[in-house]
Amino acid sequence: MPFYELANPHRFLQLARVLIPALAVLALALIGLGLGLGFRAPPDYQQGEMVRVMYIHVPSAWIALFAYTLMAVASLGTLVWRHPLADVAAKAAAPIGAAFCLLCLVTGALWGRPMWGAYWVWDPRLTSVLVLFLLYLGVIAVWGAIDDPGRAGKAAAILTLVGFINVPIVKFSVDWWSSLHQGASVFRLDGPTIHPSLLTPLLISAAGFAALFFALQLAAMRNEILRRRLRTLGILAAATAEAG
Amino acid sequence: MRLLAEGLGSMRGGRSLFRDLSFALGPGEALVVSGANGSGKTTLLRTIAGLLPPDSGRISLAGWENPPGEAVHFVGHLDAQKGVLTVGENLAFYRGLSGGGGATVEAALQRMAIGGLAELPAAVLSAGQRRRAALARLLVSERPIWLLDEPASSLDTNGQALLARLMREHRGRDGIVIAATHLNLDLPGARAISLGDGH
Amino acid sequence: MSRALAAILKRDLKLALRAGGGAGIGVIFFLALVTIVPFAIGPDLPLLKRIGAAVLWIGALLASLLGLERIFASDHEDGSLDLLLLAPVPLALIAATKALAHWIATGLPLVVMTPVLGLMLGIEPPALAAVTITLLAGTPAVTLIGLIGGALAATLPRSGMLVAVLVLPLAIPLLIFGVAATDAAVTNEIPFGAPFRLLCAISLFFLVLGPVAAAAALRHARE
Repeated sequence: MPFYELANPHRFLQLARVLIPALAVLALALIGLGLGLGFRAPPDYQQGEMVRVMYIHVPSAWIALFAYTLMAVASLGTLVWRHPLADVAAKAAAPIGAAFCLLCLVTGALWGRPMWGAYWVWDPRLTSVLVLFLLYLGVIAVWGAIDDPGRAGKAAAILTLVGFINVPIVKFSVDWWSSLHQGASVFRLDGPTIHPSLLTPLLISAAGFAALFFALQLAAMRNEILRRRLRTLGILAAATAEAG
Repeated sequence: MRLLAEGLGSMRGGRSLFRDLSFALGPGEALVVSGANGSGKTTLLRTIAGLLPPDSGRISLAGWENPPGEAVHFVGHLDAQKGVLTVGENLAFYRGLSGGGGATVEAALQRMAIGGLAELPAAVLSAGQRRRAALARLLVSERPIWLLDEPASSLDTNGQALLARLMREHRGRDGIVIAATHLNLDLPGARAISLGDGH
Repeated sequence: MSRALAAILKRDLKLALRAGGGAGIGVIFFLALVTIVPFAIGPDLPLLKRIGAAVLWIGALLASLLGLERIFASDHEDGSLDLLLLAPVPLALIAATKALAHWIATGLPLVVMTPVLGLMLGIEPPALAAVTITLLAGTPAVTLIGLIGGALAATLPRSGMLVAVLVLPLAIPLLIFGVAATDAAVTNEIPFGAPFRLLCAISLFFLVLGPVAAAAALRHARE
């Protein structure tokens, strides 16, 4: 039984060795280009220099959502199609997605302070990202709580899918909750309207973030495969010592 | 030093497990407690260890100046190994806990023939290997009295022979061995107490 | 003796930090609790500011109590509790050392999270330092109170939320002075010194009562 864990991911590791550096270089180039173009564009008349944080804040939100979707698809892979690398992908994506989520929240807070006077506001979008962050933390906690990777993978997969199904419900209810208190001491954020000259750098930056995500994802998957090999070797070592 | 038990009695759930048990053990001597499951072997051992107060009678140590707790090492029928710690870490903990005087962790594991497993998490060990790791505690803590509850359980023939050797050497160093078991332990010249039927 | 205590501290910290150990879960719970409160009461910033101190304290209390359910139960289950009972060290000191390990792994991260969560509840940055200090002074008391419940629940098979139930009434004085001190830091309406000193006094009081009561509970739980 432990041997299948050793044999199958071999091709993946070969592929990863090529792809990871390539993606890393691509990410560096695209993010550099995007941020460079973005910083050269004129500052927004309303928000001043801080608007530049948008080039990090918005793409990280997109990546956080994308990573969770990837986790959900991988969870289907684990539960339905039983693909051997599916739970490796799911486990790898969780902390990376959570990190982008956190980056989005922190840059949002830094953006919020000069713009709306507070580091944190309970507006629908930031709050939804916070809930997404909590979902991520829950999945990471499940991975950490169960020792056997197979069982942990199934539990995490179920949790991820339940969370994924709930994302539109949570978004809808959070929007509704926010609209209840319109006009009270709540900040209504419609977000910046994006001027075309700002859109191109944003998209380039976003593409760079996507490349970065994939580089990190592949590297994390490689680490997880190696970690499982170590674990299997340990089990085999104990079993051999017992037999001999 | 001598271990004296006078009139020991214990009740559990309203039922008397044993009554009026008395024995005296001197250096190099051994006691085997036998009886069916549930007859009170574990209770007797735990009472001698000091984990349980006896309902009647008393235990005393003659010729031992240090605190009584330091005279005994107890190996219960659970292995007391934390799965997420390595075998070496588990044993190092018990060595530190008992004051750090006995054999080193490496030497103890080698003696128990599980030296190669030191870096592995305890969770991947078989039951027999975990039992050896538990017995290794006897080597890292220098205690004159060994209380062993079903020490040979899960052990293969080699393991049982190793256990017999360890007990023989311990008695040779003037140690005392008290073992509860329903197997045949190799303890030459040991006294015997058989529990069951309230005796 | 200090060697034995050091061994216990080191082991418990390792256990908490490794897989399934629960070191991070308290922090996640704290964050989750603070997140759901505004959903229950509405994104009303002035109201959140009013109850911010209370939310932080209840969150820290519950987050700590979660891990304390298992503090002695896990040792009981694998037989290592017997060996702790037989160690040549006073049982109260062993209990205190385990409490210290638990506070470092669970309580201290809660204190570190407090400024961030305080911000989310609308507490202004200048007040955050004082708020954090009140939790730094109070979380040891939470751990020590929970230690007693954990010792009582050690040998029970299905303790569930028993520890929380046993311990919450004991935590009332802690909450009263803790919230008062934190409120004083936030609103400056009441003096900070008096409740804070009482908070520290409660922590010191439980520093003695906690381990002693826990040791007594463990000794009487033997079967």
